[in-house]
Amino acid sequence: MKVADNPSALAKILIAPALIYIAAVIGIPFFLSLWFSVSDVTVSSSGGHYLGLENFRSALEDPSFRRALGNTFLFAIASQVIVIVLSTVLAVCLMKDFRGKWIVRLLILLPWVAPVSLGSIGWLWILDSIYSIINYALYHGLGVCGPEPGMTPCPVWLGQPSLAMLSIIGVQVWRTLPLATIINLGGLSSIPQDIHDAAAIDGASFFRTLFQITVPLILPILLVAVLFGFVFAFTDMIVVWVLTRGGPYDMTQVLASLAFFKGIDGGDLAGASAIALFLFPVLAAAAILMLRLARRAEVI
Amino acid sequence: MNARETGAKVAHRTLVVLFSIFAAFPFAWMLITTFKKTTDLLDPNSFPFGYPKGVTLENLRVLFEETLFLRWIGNTLFVGVIVVLITLLLAVPAGYALARLSGSFGEQLGIGIFLTYLVPPTILFIPLAKVVSTLHLQDSLWALILTYPSFTIPFCTWLMMGFFKAIPKDIEEAAMVDGLSQLGAFTRVILPMSVAGILTVVIFTLTLVMQEFVYGLTFINSGRNFTVSVGVPSFLVRGDVYFWGSLMAACFIASVPIAFLYNLFVDRFIAGFTVGAVKG
Repeated sequence: MKVADNPSALAKILIAPALIYIAAVIGIPFFLSLWFSVSDVTVSSSGGHYLGLENFRSALEDPSFRRALGNTFLFAIASQVIVIVLSTVLAVCLMKDFRGKWIVRLLILLPWVAPVSLGSIGWLWILDSIYSIINYALYHGLGVCGPEPGMTPCPVWLGQPSLAMLSIIGVQVWRTLPLATIINLGGLSSIPQDIHDAAAIDGASFFRTLFQITVPLILPILLVAVLFGFVFAFTDMIVVWVLTRGGPYDMTQVLASLAFFKGIDGGDLAGASAIALFLFPVLAAAAILMLRLARRAEVI
Repeated sequence: MNARETGAKVAHRTLVVLFSIFAAFPFAWMLITTFKKTTDLLDPNSFPFGYPKGVTLENLRVLFEETLFLRWIGNTLFVGVIVVLITLLLAVPAGYALARLSGSFGEQLGIGIFLTYLVPPTILFIPLAKVVSTLHLQDSLWALILTYPSFTIPFCTWLMMGFFKAIPKDIEEAAMVDGLSQLGAFTRVILPMSVAGILTVVIFTLTLVMQEFVYGLTFINSGRNFTVSVGVPSFLVRGDVYFWGSLMAACFIASVPIAFLYNLFVDRFIAGFTVGAVKG
């Protein structure tokens, strides 16, 4: 039989190029990073010596690494908890038909579609230390803070560690909310109308329907949305890079941005690989969870 | 309408408006800032939602004439087109094979390929920097062309797999009865039917290329070779001097038009993300 007629031979030929490409650009660098993390490779060195777990040990002893590790979890978890709540509310709102819905949908999707680095610059301008529009509103609109003597000075959003962290979480919420909302919306529209009708006939209130029927039914899909959002927020360095460059004093650094500054700006590939690899266990756990979700959904 | 229904309606409207403002405000603010005169921009007490000192096109002129903005757009399109070609060439056949030719093993392999989409650039950029410098591609757009398919192929293979699965099998069987081989049925019958799916892949690949930041920042060093998502944040900010007017114009121009295009295809994209979970 000719290859063109043999399904399994043809399948191999059609899949192989994609698989080889992925293995080359994802597999090889991944194993390289495992090697880098136990060596002393730098940008300029050609080779490198085996160091054992030295890089991991010195990372763990470094206070700015520990800070970054904590921040990474804090940013990802805090932003996704907020996203779960907001995206559910927003998706329920968008389930109803109303005039101008398409434009609302377009506006809500903007933060997800626009390049993150450019959207974040928009926020950089909104949160600027002198020209912040928020501070303008606080001063001229509400009069709660301002530059005049006797008034509380307005917040320097990106200059104080706690406010800077709050700002980063806010921007991360802003940009992952659209994805979670649209995924949620898909889940909501897959609930048969009869269930809502039955609940309405039984006299269930809006909130009772929401918490006892809608949320449990969309839970699997909500979980998909959250897993994606968590992975994106956990491994992101763009928002931090644009807003604070990790400052003030490395207080808002995350693992990915710390690895960037150490490895690319500083040339210490080995140390940076060790830092970036701390992302891996969490990613693997997310992938396994996602596989189990996919499998369970298929069995049902 | 009773009081309760009115209340629900008001609450609904309010929420929708608040969410829309939250999502779109930064972009509206970019557009407003684009036409502001520097004297307005640098006066913290000037009314921000208007143009007390008048409107100007100077920021746009600076952006297009005195920065490399157009070149960055060109670079992005150049990289985008070649990455689209590579992605189509590899992902479309793979998607078809996974959907039709390899049974339940194909399903597993498909999920496996999709999961590699979750491996973030921030884990791979350090070793890739070394690979790129070994290949002497440092500061070349070809470094981006080589690495971007690592995230476009997995996602697009998955999209195409879903797309091909939705085409009834009878169509190929009929074509094969008419004397076409399995391969012939794919290239001569199924592919021409799949223009919509292929177009979706083109749009998503282009948006992914447009959005990519980490590899661009890592592999490219000179201003002339940046893509737009890296050039704007790193080159329109010099030291501590921000050219806010031109900067905001650049951000708006590079992000909003593509959003309109993307919006037409978004449902297909989301179906790709949720294919496992929706089945349940």
